[in-house]
Amino acid sequence: MIPALTIENLSKVYGNGFEALKGISMTVQQGDFYALLGPNGAGKSTTIGIICSLVSKTAGRVQVFDADIDEDFPAAKKYIGIVPQEFNFNMFEKVFDIVVNQGGYYGMPVELARERAEKYLRELGLWDKRDEASRNLSGGMKRRLMIARALVHEPRLLILDEPTAGVDIEMRRAMWDFLQKINAEGTTIILTTHYLEEAEALCRHIGIINQGEIVEDTSIRELLRRLHREVFILDSVEEVPDDLDIPGFQCRKLEDHSLEVEVQKGQHINQVFSALDERGIAISSMRNRANRLEEMFVTLVEGAA
Amino acid sequence: MNAREQFNAFSTILRKEVRRYLRIWTQTLLPSAITMSLYFVIFGSLIGSRIGDMGGFTYMQFVVPGLIMMAIVTNSYSNVVSSFFGSKFNHSVEELLVSPTPNYIILMGYVIGGVTRGLLVALVVTLVSLFFTQLHIHSYLVVVVVVLMTSTLFALAGFINAVYANSFDDISIIPTFVLTPLIYLGGVFYSMDLLPDFWAAVSKLNPLVYVVNAFRYGVLGVSDVSLPFAFGMIALFTVIAFSYSMHLLNTGKRLRQ
Repeated sequence: MIPALTIENLSKVYGNGFEALKGISMTVQQGDFYALLGPNGAGKSTTIGIICSLVSKTAGRVQVFDADIDEDFPAAKKYIGIVPQEFNFNMFEKVFDIVVNQGGYYGMPVELARERAEKYLRELGLWDKRDEASRNLSGGMKRRLMIARALVHEPRLLILDEPTAGVDIEMRRAMWDFLQKINAEGTTIILTTHYLEEAEALCRHIGIINQGEIVEDTSIRELLRRLHREVFILDSVEEVPDDLDIPGFQCRKLEDHSLEVEVQKGQHINQVFSALDERGIAISSMRNRANRLEEMFVTLVEGAA
Repeated sequence: MNAREQFNAFSTILRKEVRRYLRIWTQTLLPSAITMSLYFVIFGSLIGSRIGDMGGFTYMQFVVPGLIMMAIVTNSYSNVVSSFFGSKFNHSVEELLVSPTPNYIILMGYVIGGVTRGLLVALVVTLVSLFFTQLHIHSYLVVVVVVLMTSTLFALAGFINAVYANSFDDISIIPTFVLTPLIYLGGVFYSMDLLPDFWAAVSKLNPLVYVVNAFRYGVLGVSDVSLPFAFGMIALFTVIAFSYSMHLLNTGKRLRQ
């Protein structure tokens, strides 16, 4: 099966001489939910900009399904729906008109564009706001409006550049559910995000880009498997003694009823519980000190720096 | 995109443009009607009655074609420059750039949007002029062709201005410091015969001279320049403006990074 997106040796040098991409290559398979991660200025938005024609590439090849952007960019564009990082609609236009017009730009007859606009505005909970000027929407609603707009031509590849930035937790969860639903229906999704728990919850594959280079391109499961250590915070019922020592583990008392334990790859957290049990310390709750993916991300990015 | 899809994209842009200027008609249509009424009263009735004949017509009859053309030029230009720069400024132009709409359809959509506003304002100004004088059209064909070519030319010029503009100041500099002087020096208020030979020759570099005189020929049947030459010059300027606009879109200058 042909990949949804193939990027080969893609590079971009801006007019001021800044080399944003240094010959990156990556592949996203059809039906995948792919996370593109990287620190600010790593090259994520440049990559997305090239794919959807807002940025001109310096060299390299980009193919969307069967369409090479150098040979048939209009065909490639038809496959893509883009949800950019910044709001990029006319704030004075009505919500419904913004979505319908986008359908028109993709060549859809106005009746079909209106049907689709209603469908996606309903699905994203914006139908009641259809006659509002878009400037009157909340931040979360504006993000959902951009998703509805990107879906009006029912693209096979949906690219979202930090879609949940600044969105409250409830709304973020609702957007996750919606994205998982359309992914299950067959839409390939590429997502950039700074919320690593978002990538872990939604995505199956991950690409990490840093300083214009891909430093990792693998499945999330494989990436986490390579994690060498995890740090847990345990909340105890009894007070944690100052001189607590669990052989083979690094532990540190944080507060009277809280301690931090580092578990290396190959070790088992059960051993920690057994040692604490022998000392008469019961554990009431436990959590990761940091998101596991976040630890791996920091390791990879710092390692490349 | 096939032809049908391209037409759908074109009609979407055009519909959006027309809705935009109709929604804010007090800023887009009304000012021209008021300004031109003042021109008719001041230059046509009050001052014009003391000037006497110009080119064999009353001064009011002489200035009406030029003032109608002035309204067409300024409105078709300002519609495209403000609309396209606005879409650049709020980044909504990206909606079009990421779509498969061909560049010539994007250009046509905005330009025809500007043309329709120019025509609508021309109609309003013509109706206003009928309160001050009687209009007898010498050649409807010439009038229609000149109006369409002129509004297209200045809509294209507005598009080029919008692409280069970085701020709202930039979209008012050209109309204020270039377009308005060209209009006033383009024979709207006087016949070229009144100019010394040197300035008459210099005036032939001004595209507004051909536009105003070709339109005046359509209305009154008189012109300071030959009609075929005027049409040729308008067509030449239009082809240059269209080619340059397409070059800007195809290279993505000031639109793509």
